[in-house]
Parts: sequence; C-alpha cells; structure tokens
Amino acid sequence: MPLLNVTDLRTWFHTRSGVYRAVDGISFSVGRGETLGIVGESGSGKSVTCYSIMGLIPQPPGRIESGTAIFDGVDLLHCTPKQARSIRGKRVAMIFQDPMTSLNPYLRISEQLIEPLLIHEKISRRDALARALAILEDVGINDAAKRIHYYPHEFSGGMRQRVMIAMALITKPELLIADEPTTALDVTVQAQILELIKKMQRELGMAVIFITHDLGVVSGLCDRVQVMYAGRIVETADTRTLFHSPKHPYTRALQRSIPSMQAKGAELFTIPGMPPDLSKPLAGCSFAPRCEYAADRCYVENPQLAAVSATQAQACLRVQAGEL
Amino acid sequence: MSDAILQLTDVKTHFPIQTGFVFRRQTGTVKAVDGVTLSVRRGEVLGLVGESGCGKSTLARTIMQLVPTTAGTVVLNGKNLSTCTAAELLTVRRGMQMVFQDPYASLNPRMTVFATLAEPLLVHGLCQPGEVNARVAALMRLVGLAPRFMQKYPHEFSGGQRQRIAIARALALEPKVIIADEPVSALDVSIQAQILNLLSQLCRKMNLSLIFIAHDLSVVKHISDRVAVMYLGKIVELGPAADVIERPRHPYTRALVSAIPTPDPDVERTRQRIVLAGDPPSPINPPAGCAFHPRCPYAREICQAAVPPLAADGPTREVACVRLTEL
Repeated sequence: MPLLNVTDLRTWFHTRSGVYRAVDGISFSVGRGETLGIVGESGSGKSVTCYSIMGLIPQPPGRIESGTAIFDGVDLLHCTPKQARSIRGKRVAMIFQDPMTSLNPYLRISEQLIEPLLIHEKISRRDALARALAILEDVGINDAAKRIHYYPHEFSGGMRQRVMIAMALITKPELLIADEPTTALDVTVQAQILELIKKMQRELGMAVIFITHDLGVVSGLCDRVQVMYAGRIVETADTRTLFHSPKHPYTRALQRSIPSMQAKGAELFTIPGMPPDLSKPLAGCSFAPRCEYAADRCYVENPQLAAVSATQAQACLRVQAGEL
Repeated sequence: MSDAILQLTDVKTHFPIQTGFVFRRQTGTVKAVDGVTLSVRRGEVLGLVGESGCGKSTLARTIMQLVPTTAGTVVLNGKNLSTCTAAELLTVRRGMQMVFQDPYASLNPRMTVFATLAEPLLVHGLCQPGEVNARVAALMRLVGLAPRFMQKYPHEFSGGQRQRIAIARALALEPKVIIADEPVSALDVSIQAQILNLLSQLCRKMNLSLIFIAHDLSVVKHISDRVAVMYLGKIVELGPAADVIERPRHPYTRALVSAIPTPDPDVERTRQRIVLAGDPPSPINPPAGCAFHPRCPYAREICQAAVPPLAADGPTREVACVRLTEL
C-alpha cells in the first residue's frame, strides 16, 4: 500500500474575477521511501497540490472541491483538526523555496528547531535542545553548539535552507514535501543541498515529494516524475523512461526547450504562446492551443491519463490513438 | 584591441562600511569589484557568471556608471567614462543600456508601454513629437510585441512579454552595448528560450555587443561567444564559451560546471561531482592570496601567498591559478 494516495484532487480558487481551477482532478501516489518529482511551469498547480495535502490553502478564496489524500489510512483532506495536527509537522513535513521568509526572523533558530518536538513529543526542553543540536550537525552546520543560538539573519541563504531542512526532519517524518527548495540558491549551494536531501533520505528512509521546474534537478534525484500542466497531470513515468522516451507533446517540448540539450548557437526550440487562463473552463486538452500536433478533437475531448506501460502513463489523445 | 567597443582596465569598486552615528568613521571596505580588466568586441556576446555576491551585478552597474568607480578606467567607444562630466555622460550613456532581472520590478506600473518606450526618445530628443508613435510601434515589432498593445500597462502582460518591453526600452536609444543582468532568471524554461532567441537575433541583426550576466551556465554557454567567470570581485577564468564550460581549467570553474544538474538520469547518476564545501567568503575580509583557496580541493600553501594574476593559457584562454600547470 502506498504511503500517500491522492485521488481526484480539485483545488479551486473563487475570486472576484472568476473561478481559478488551480488543481483540476489529479491522482497520484507516493510509496514508502520513494522520491517523486513534480515538474511544471509556474501556475501549473504543483505547489497548490502540496499545499492542499498539507492543509495550507487559505480558505476562502481557496476551496478543495473534491478528492481524498489518504496518508497511512487517514484522509488528510477530511480528517478532524486534531488528527491533522498529529500528522502534519510530525509524520509529514514540508520545506519551502525561500528560507528567508519561512523562518521567523524574531526567534533564535534554537526556538524554531525545538518547536515541533515540544508540540509532538513528550520531551523536556533540554533533551529537545540536544536533539536540535544533533540534527544541526547532521545537516552540516559547523560550530552548531554556538550557531544554534543565532537568529536567521546571521546565516547565509544556503545555511538557512539547511536550518529549514533540519527543522523539517527533527521529528523524523515519513514524508518530506520539498517545494522548490533550491530555486533561490546558487548552483554550487544547490548541489550541496541536493546531496544533503539524498543523505537524509537514506538515513531516515523517508519518502520525498520534490517540486521543481528544473528537469536537471529531477534527473539525479527522483525515482519517478510527474509532469503537470494547467492543473492536470499530463505524463507520469519513472525517471529514466521520462527522459529517454517522453510521450506527451508537452513533456517533449519542455525537454527540447532546455538550453543544455541543444546545439550551441542554434535557434532555441520554444513552445509558442502561453499557459491557458485557468479561470476559463477548458473543454479539451489544456495544452492543445500551444501543441504542434493538435487536431480538432483535442479542443473538445478532455484527455485522461492512460497507461503506456507498467511505469508510464500519459494524457494525449493522439498518442493514445497511436497517431504520434 | 582595435575592435573593442568597451574596454575595462583594472576596474575597482569598493564600498566603505561606516559605523557610528554622530562620529561616523570608516571601519572597513567591501571590495565588490577588485581589479577587473576586460574588453568587449563589437557584436560580441560576453557571458559573465559567478555565484551571488561575486560582484557581477556591481560590475554591470560600474560599467553603466550607476555606481562610481574607485579606481581604473571604463572606456566606451574611445571615451573614458570615469572622467566625463554629468552632461557628457548623458550622451555617452545612450551608447549602452541595461536590461534588469525582474521585469515585474523594472517597469513603472503607472506607465503604459507607449509612455515607457517614448520617454527615452523624448529625453534625448531623438525624434520629433509627431514621429514618436511610429517609432514606438517599430520598437514593439522589433521585440515581437503587437503595436496594438501600446496603451496597456505592465500588469496586463506576462513575465516574458514584460521582459520584451524592457528590452525594447533598452533598444530605444540604439545603443552599441547592452548589459543584461540575469534577464531570464525570473522566467520559466519555455519563456526563457524565447527571450534568449530574441536577444541573440537582435545582437546579430543590429551588431550589438551584449554583456550577459547569469548564474545558469547552460544558458550562458548557449548565448555567449566568450565567458568570464568571476569569484569574489575578480575574474578567475576567461575564454571562448564552449571551451570554458566543456573544458574548465580553473578549479572554481570546474566545481561550478560540475554542480550543474544535467537533464539526463544516466549521466547524472554516474558522474563524479565536485561539491564545494561552505559558502563564498565575505568580500569585506577576503582570504589572503587566492580568494578561492579555502574552498579549493587543490589548494596548497603557495595559494595563500599571493593573489594569482589572470595569465594566458593558450591563445584564447586566461586563467588565474598558480597551480594551473600542475593540475
């Protein structure tokens, strides 16, 4: 049985200018110890998916219209607040993109590190501080005994991200959701943080959902990848298959538009147009207006994910019909 | 070099750190740019890479004379910018323009596209009031925007379109040099490619020189003719783009190249990665000798002794490392 099983999740935002279908009917699962990558452009709904699971969607304007997210037998979307609190922050933890805005600037990091322990476990302050010190050393902060009393502004960007990872991992979660944790960092620091996440995952045996827009990051880290576009999953596969034989036209286009995959000096391949306005209901495939292979029926029929092989599924009508 | 349009000689930009409120005194200096010598040829795209805090943006601002140079000279088209008067600078600056990272912040939200693009034309008296409309329309077409959007405001455009407006604004004065400071970092991959294509088309068509600042090496490799790698205010490696990135010589460039994740799972899982320990040191108290030695896997005592100069390595490369021949 998978650790987390999400079915038919729909998260819509009801605003004055209309209903934004940020996440529109997606289903996926994460197994124990597995690393799932969620890839997509901004506005594709990858963050909203994870915020929905964590119960971080502001309601209103957001509303979870349908769906379940079963984590170890408990539906995170419909459980009591008490049940949710016992799971969130303890068994499921999250790290965010910008470590400066997600740490509290007024509190020493020691306070922030031990907070989840004091809430979730019967533990004395002294023992909690000892655990915090140990985890800070684990995430590679030198001189942890001194630095644990620092404020967030006294750390560099990469160090802050390490502190945030330490904070998420201190309760030894079974699932870590990482929302673009390296996007704001330099490549050299990004490499350090990715190594750290891999190392901590090996040690704790936890599952990871890794959200990113960078296909390069996914290739080295994830077991399985799902590609999102305009609130829907267009393709999902194990990492090797996704990179070596992508099926959906969007995945192929995304892969072709990476500069390092193309000959130097040549005109870069680009996807024409822009992602669709999510406030307007889409009859057909959301990628059809930008797709070079779109046929008439792509604009009217809503494609569903269909298995290509045991590990790959994609949602393109023409691929499913064997035309591409 | 005769065909150099922009020549920097030993440029230094230092910022004083002052403490005290009543009795202000200088307690240190941030050496943001510390002795950069560089030339940009006509029609050339020069990529400038480095981690955040290495001084690449300050170098761009120094070239534009937005911050004063502490020492050294910036010569644009035969004219020394550091000795220009304010009035001279106004005309000289027409020759170089800047495109900034965040198109959400660099466009005035209260100005329509027309107002944004017409302003430089009118300030510099480059066209008659009657011709402004036609010129603005031409500029918009040049960057791939439909002139019918002239009266719209920045918030009505997407990120990629805003960056096009910012590029059109930079082109309004027909500059010879464009300095683009991380112009695609805030954009999605598919939009990034569109803007990169636009920039390289414009450079070819108008014989523009472009200084392209980025931290993404794969983007830089694609667009640039030559690449300069900066570390803590100094250039550590300089050479043809593909050469530098495929066969990096300086230990820092090697680490930087090895840190780029490749979008190929087989390569990614088998290759050896040089993971640098720690963060770049502070430019207030740079380490003695080679600034990279505390993080360098090849560092020896000799590296702490003196600052290595940028020395020729083959006909087209320059590298600043004392142990270069041994590595």
